[in-house]
Amino acid sequence: MYGKRSKFLTVMVTIGMAFFYIPMILLVIYSFNYSKLVLVWGGWSTRWYKVLFESEEVWAAVNMSLKIALVNATFATILGMLAALSMVRFGKFRGRTLFGGMLVAPLVMPEVITGLSLLVMFITLKQFFGWPENRGFATITIAHITFSMAYVAVTIQARLTGMGQSLEEAAADLGAKPFKVLTSITIPRLTPALISGWLLAFTLSLDDLVIASFVSGPGANTLPVLIFSRIRLGLRPDINALATIIILVVAVCIAIAALIMFRQQKRDLLDQQLAEREK
Amino acid sequence: MNNGIKNNTNIKVEKRVSIIDRTLRRLQENWRSIVIIIPFVWLLMFFLFPFFIVAKISLAEMKIASPPFTSMVEWADGGIVTIRIVFDNFLYIINDSLYIDTYLNSVKIASTATVISLLLGYPIAYGIVRSGPVAKPILLFMVILPFWTSFLLRVYAWMGLLADQGTINSLLISLGVINEPIQMLYSEFAVYVGIVYTYLPFMILPLYANMEKLDGSLNEAAADLGSKPTNTFFKVTLPLTMPGVIAGSLLVFIPASGEYVIPDLLGGGNVQMIGRVLFNEFSRNTDWPVASAVAIAMLFLLVFPIIIFQHYQGKAAEGN
Repeated sequence: MYGKRSKFLTVMVTIGMAFFYIPMILLVIYSFNYSKLVLVWGGWSTRWYKVLFESEEVWAAVNMSLKIALVNATFATILGMLAALSMVRFGKFRGRTLFGGMLVAPLVMPEVITGLSLLVMFITLKQFFGWPENRGFATITIAHITFSMAYVAVTIQARLTGMGQSLEEAAADLGAKPFKVLTSITIPRLTPALISGWLLAFTLSLDDLVIASFVSGPGANTLPVLIFSRIRLGLRPDINALATIIILVVAVCIAIAALIMFRQQKRDLLDQQLAEREK
Repeated sequence: MNNGIKNNTNIKVEKRVSIIDRTLRRLQENWRSIVIIIPFVWLLMFFLFPFFIVAKISLAEMKIASPPFTSMVEWADGGIVTIRIVFDNFLYIINDSLYIDTYLNSVKIASTATVISLLLGYPIAYGIVRSGPVAKPILLFMVILPFWTSFLLRVYAWMGLLADQGTINSLLISLGVINEPIQMLYSEFAVYVGIVYTYLPFMILPLYANMEKLDGSLNEAAADLGSKPTNTFFKVTLPLTMPGVIAGSLLVFIPASGEYVIPDLLGGGNVQMIGRVLFNEFSRNTDWPVASAVAIAMLFLLVFPIIIFQHYQGKAAEGN
């Protein structure tokens, strides 16, 4: 629905965008401040980037976070896909209501409660089975998979409902067995949703502080846990530098994704035009 | 006679083989159940089961040991099982004004922030819907983009803006509006700013999705019949966008009421919210039974908004 945008709406949109972006722009500018006090301008400098790159603690945390995010995204995408298929394509089964409830609940559950309950569970498990010995990589990854798979499932469910079943039905009519239909029709058609689900799970994991703080043990820091422990005591110039790098990485990744999508759209459009010409 | 026994064992062996065979075949045919069982079991183990443990601990007593709570079922001598259920933790929460106040304060802050987000987000979403074909995807993209950058660092950005020597105070002083810096950081105001800043995209996106589907000809029809724009807005547009308003409001209210990071970083010690109390109860006091009881109480606070949200989600899914 396009239409005239009144002056009031234009002003509100402008204010909204300024509200979103000015804090981040300031964060970037202050990262180039020479002064040790973030808010007192001491001239342009890249000294805090050097401090950041030389910190072993930061590199260890980055390493840990990336590893968790990769494993989490992969498992969450697989589990989320299985869950979405069960919910959308398999009709009624016993426990479907409970399953659906458990699948949506992590989306709205306060992080403190999820974190607390998972920690308590890990401790109980340790008491009875001696596992997990130490809390760290494994426990954080399990916790992340549990809440990210819900987000992935929602993404894939939307795509499954959106794309309809006509191709699957056609394949079945031509004699393909249900399992064959799943692997050669449904899953390939889900690829875009699987990719966006994977990326979503990856970012959710990189971004999580609260759940990771609950289920990580001493010495096992993810990047957000490290950042939080530092900024609790106030502003720090090296954190500004870190923020700038994160914003830059995100911007580059999104630009690449947008470019790929744009090309794909262009190709689709060309294909369409060619198809029409052949008619 | 002998033959009969032999036959019998043969039948048994055959039976066993056929059972294995049948289960294998059944698994091949019922690959669907495997697809369901894997995520189902995962969620039961790592989502539902933990809640039962929390509920159990909330009914236990604190004990100086590891883990720091008494067990509910105890095996006394002679095989007698005693079950101890203690409601003290819940009584303690109810009788301690700290918890009640924090509880009410969380609801107040979350609902006020939701209203502010709605008042800001509604015109922004409407403005984006009404934008031209070039501006629209760009603006929408700009709303989604902050979501991909770190939530923690976006809150951190406001620490620099709101501090006593921060950007806003320096600007106001250099403009001559104020002489002394206003204390904004570590106040309730800062918490509001943080919540609205973080959750505004969650308000805008469902509103946008809802408004995008609106039929513009309804507005024209209303105008043709002599309705003024304000009247048309309240009688046509607003009622039609109510599903978006409800979805957006719940998406802001639910996470905001359990928020831990924002009150901790921007509110300092001055703003008590339930998520923060829970976190501190757990990490500093190690009073797990009380922390678990707080968690259970917090779930009750959120159970109604969550049910409403799921109800509307279900409706929207059916609509598709």
